[in-house]
Amino acid sequence: MGTRYDFPGGIHPPDNKQQSLQTPIRQAPLPAQLIVPLRQHRGDPGHVLVAVGDRVLTGQPLSEGEPGLSVPVHAPTSGTITAIGPHEVPHPSGLEETCIHIEADGQDQWCELAPCPADASTLERYDHLHRTGVVGLGGAGFPTRDKLQSASEAPKVLILNGAECEPYITADQALMRERPDSVIAGALALWQLVGAAQCLIGIEDNKPDAIEALRQAAEGTGIEIRVVPTRYPSGGEKQLIQLLTGQEVPSGGLPADIGVLCQNVATAVAVDRSLRLGEPVIQRITTFTGEALTRPGNIEARIGTPLDHLLFEAGLDPDQLHRLIMGGPLMGFDLTTTGLPLIKTANCLIAGTAEEFPDSPIPQPCIRCGLCEQACPVDLLPQQLYWFASAGEHHKAEHFDLFDCIECGACDWVCPSHLPLTDYYRHSKGVLRQEKKEQAEADHARQRFEERQARMEREQAEREERRRARQQAREQRRSGEPAEAGGTETGAASAAAPPGPDRETLIQRRDQARQKVEEAEAQLAEAREQTPEAVPKLERALNKHRKRLDAAEKALSDAREEARSC
Amino acid sequence: MLTSQRIMLWVMAATLPGLLALIHFFGWGVLISVLWCMGVAMATEALILWIRARPVQRTLMDGSAALTGLLLGLSLPPLLPWWIALVATASAIILAKHLYGGLGSNLFNPAMVGYALVLVSFPEAMTTRWALPLSLQETPLGLLDSLSVFTGLGSASVDAFTGATPLDDYKHAIDGAVASQVTAAPIYGDRIALGWEWVNLGFLAGGLLLIQRRIITWHIPVSLLGALTFMALLFGYDPDQSVPLGLHLLAGGTMFGAFFIATDPVSAATSNRGKLWYGAGIGVLLYTIRAWGSYPDAVAFAVLLMNLAVPFLDYYTRPRTRGHQRAGRGVPS
Repeated sequence: MGTRYDFPGGIHPPDNKQQSLQTPIRQAPLPAQLIVPLRQHRGDPGHVLVAVGDRVLTGQPLSEGEPGLSVPVHAPTSGTITAIGPHEVPHPSGLEETCIHIEADGQDQWCELAPCPADASTLERYDHLHRTGVVGLGGAGFPTRDKLQSASEAPKVLILNGAECEPYITADQALMRERPDSVIAGALALWQLVGAAQCLIGIEDNKPDAIEALRQAAEGTGIEIRVVPTRYPSGGEKQLIQLLTGQEVPSGGLPADIGVLCQNVATAVAVDRSLRLGEPVIQRITTFTGEALTRPGNIEARIGTPLDHLLFEAGLDPDQLHRLIMGGPLMGFDLTTTGLPLIKTANCLIAGTAEEFPDSPIPQPCIRCGLCEQACPVDLLPQQLYWFASAGEHHKAEHFDLFDCIECGACDWVCPSHLPLTDYYRHSKGVLRQEKKEQAEADHARQRFEERQARMEREQAEREERRRARQQAREQRRSGEPAEAGGTETGAASAAAPPGPDRETLIQRRDQARQKVEEAEAQLAEAREQTPEAVPKLERALNKHRKRLDAAEKALSDAREEARSC
Repeated sequence: MLTSQRIMLWVMAATLPGLLALIHFFGWGVLISVLWCMGVAMATEALILWIRARPVQRTLMDGSAALTGLLLGLSLPPLLPWWIALVATASAIILAKHLYGGLGSNLFNPAMVGYALVLVSFPEAMTTRWALPLSLQETPLGLLDSLSVFTGLGSASVDAFTGATPLDDYKHAIDGAVASQVTAAPIYGDRIALGWEWVNLGFLAGGLLLIQRRIITWHIPVSLLGALTFMALLFGYDPDQSVPLGLHLLAGGTMFGAFFIATDPVSAATSNRGKLWYGAGIGVLLYTIRAWGSYPDAVAFAVLLMNLAVPFLDYYTRPRTRGHQRAGRGVPS
C-alpha cells in the first residue's frame, strides 16, 4: 500500500543505518550514579518533591508537573538522592539545568505502580499520562497530554510516525522490528484514547523488516501500515501528514486543525505502558552509532544514565572520536563532553570519526544556485531567507515565511558553498522572537502609562471640582444673606452659560489688538516715506488688525453688558 | 556532493562539445581567444582580490573567474585583437563583478557586461570579424596566422578570413531576395548554417548534461527557447520576409545563451516560476532585438535587460509555502 501524496523537495543522504542494526536491542547495565534533569521536555522544570538523603524507589516521582507547563520526572532506579543542583545537560547551548543525582543501590526496587482505572474519563487518562511523565520520544519532547488535548474534538486520523527518516538513527526501527506487538498495543491504546476514525502507521520503505513485523502484528486490528518512499525529511510531522493524507498543516497551526494527531511509535508504546501498567517513562531505546564505536547498536537504558557509561558499553574508542552528536547528523547538535545524562528525547548518539564527519569547509559566497530551493520540503526560498538573515533584514525574512521553516537542514546539506543556512534562520527567528517579546512588553508598559495618566487626570479634575465647591461654599458664607441669593444666581448663570473667555482674557485680547494696530500704523507711516511698494500690503495688514481690534472691543463690551444685566 | 567549485568545473566541462565544434569549424582563433580571456580573467581577479585584501588563492580556486573568462572567450569573435578581448574581460571582472562585491553579489552577468561594453565601443570589430568557416577560407588560417592576427604582429590580413555570420547576413540579404537565393550562399552550407548548426548542437548537448547533473534546471532554457520559437513563428513565419526559426535557434549564440549565459545563477531569477518568466523575457527580447533592432545577435542585451528585472521577479514569483493558502508577494519596505 503506497501513498498517493507527496511533499516538495527533500534529499537522499546516505542512510548509514546498517551499522546499528546488526545486533538486537541490548539492555544497558545499571550505572552506579544517575543524573535526572528536571526538564526533559518542552516547557518549564517541575517542582522537586524529594530532598537530599531521601531513599527513592524505581518509578517514584521526583518532581511534580503542572499540565500545560511542566512534566514530572521519575526515579529511574532505586537509591539515595545525593545532590540536587545544576548540572550540564544535553542541549545545543550547553546550558546547566537543575538535576537530581541518585546513587543507585543496585536493587532496582520498584514502587507500587497505579495503572489507569478502566472507568477513567478521557481527561483523567490524559492526566494519568502526564503524571507518568509521557512526552514525545521522537526527539521534540512535547508533553503528550498537551498534544492530545490540543484537539478539541476527536481527530479523523491518528498517525503513528515510524518514518525515522534521518540518517544513522534506528531506535524506532529496532523497536518496530523487535517488539511489533508492543507498538501495535501502543497504537491501539492511543487510538482508543483519542477515538480517531482511522489509525495509520507511516514507515519509510528502507525498513522492510519493521514493515513486515508490523503488518503481521497489525493483522485484524484495523491499523493500516503505510509505506512511504525513503526521502528526508518524510518523518517530519507536517511532511508525514502530507504524505499520508495529502493535507497541509496550516501555517502557525497544529495538526489538530485539520483533524490529524501524530505521535511517534515509541511514544505510543510509552502511552500503553503508562495506561495499562502505570509505568512512568524511566527508560528508552537509544541508537549508539558512529565509526568511533566498536559495538554500535540500540541500547535500552534508564533515563539519567551518564552517557560515558553507555558509550563505554558501546565500545567507544576515545582516540577515534572526533564529533559526538546527539540526534541525527542533520538536525542533531554537538556535545562537547560525555559526562551528560541520557534524557527522554535522546533518540541517537553518534560518535563519529574525523573521516566520517570531517570539519565543514570554509563557507563560500552564496551563488544563488537554487539547490536549497529544490531541496526545501516547505517550498521556501532558502537563498532569499539567507540573504535577508545575513543582511539583518529579519522582517523581510519573516515576510518570506521564515517561521514556516522546520529547520530540517536539507538546505545545509545541499549547499555547494557550505553555508550553515539553518543557523542563520535560527538566529533570525531568535531576533524576531526577542523583538516581539520586547514589543509586547513595551505595549504593555505604554498601556499602563496611559492608564495611569488618565487616572491622574481624572483625579486632578476631581480635586479641582472639590476645591471649587469648597471655595464657593466659603464665598457664600462670607457674603451674608442678601448677596447669597445673587451669588447663587451668578453661579447658576455661569454654570448655564456656554464656557467662554472671562473678562480678564477679553481685556488682554483687546490690548494686544490695539498694540498691533499701533505697530501697523507706525510701519505704514515709515513705508510711505521709504518703501512705497510695500504700502498696499501694509495697508491691508492694518485693516486686518483694525477689524480684529473692533471685534475684541465688541466682545469686551458684550461681556460687560452681560455682567451688568446679571 | 556538489561544491561551488565543482559546479563551475561542470559548467566548464559542459562547454567542451560546443568549444570543440567552434575550433573545428572556425579555427584556432577560438582557442586562443578562450585561453587569453581565461588568463586575463584570473589575473584581473587575483589583482582585485589582492587590492580588496581577500584570500587570493582560495578564491581563485572557486573557478568563477576562469568560467567568466571562458564564457566571454566563447562569445567574442575569434579573430578579435587581443586588447579588445582584454578590455571586455577586465571590465567583466572589475566592473560587473567586484564593484558589486564579488562572487554572488553581482546584479548583471559579468561576461555579458564585458561583451556589451566592447560591442557598443567597437561595433565594427565586433560584428564583422567573425571568422568564416575554415572550409570557405581560400587558405585556411593556421595556428601561427591566427596568433599573428590576434596579436597584430606579422603580415596576415584579417579580411580574407572574416565575414558576416549567417544570422546577420540573412537579415540584410532577404530584403532583396527570396529565401532560396539567400541560402544558396556558401555560409549556409547544406543544412541550416555551415558549422553553426554543430556549434549550437554542441552547446545544446552540454546544456542537457548540466540539467542531467542537476547543476541547472530546465526552466530557463525551455522558456527561453520556447518564447523565441513562439515569436519566430508568430512574426517570422515567412522565410522570404524574415529570418526563419531554424536560423534563430541554430545559427547564432542561442543555445550557448540559453544554457550557459541565461542560467548563470547569480544574476538569474531563483524561484522556478521566476526562472520561467526570466527565460521567456530573454526569448522575447532576443527576437525583438534581432528582428527590429540593429544587432544581429542579441543574447547580451536580452540577458542584461532581464537581469534588471530579477529582483522584481524574485519578489513576485515566490512559490506557495506549504501550509499557506496562497503564495506571498512583494517585500516589506
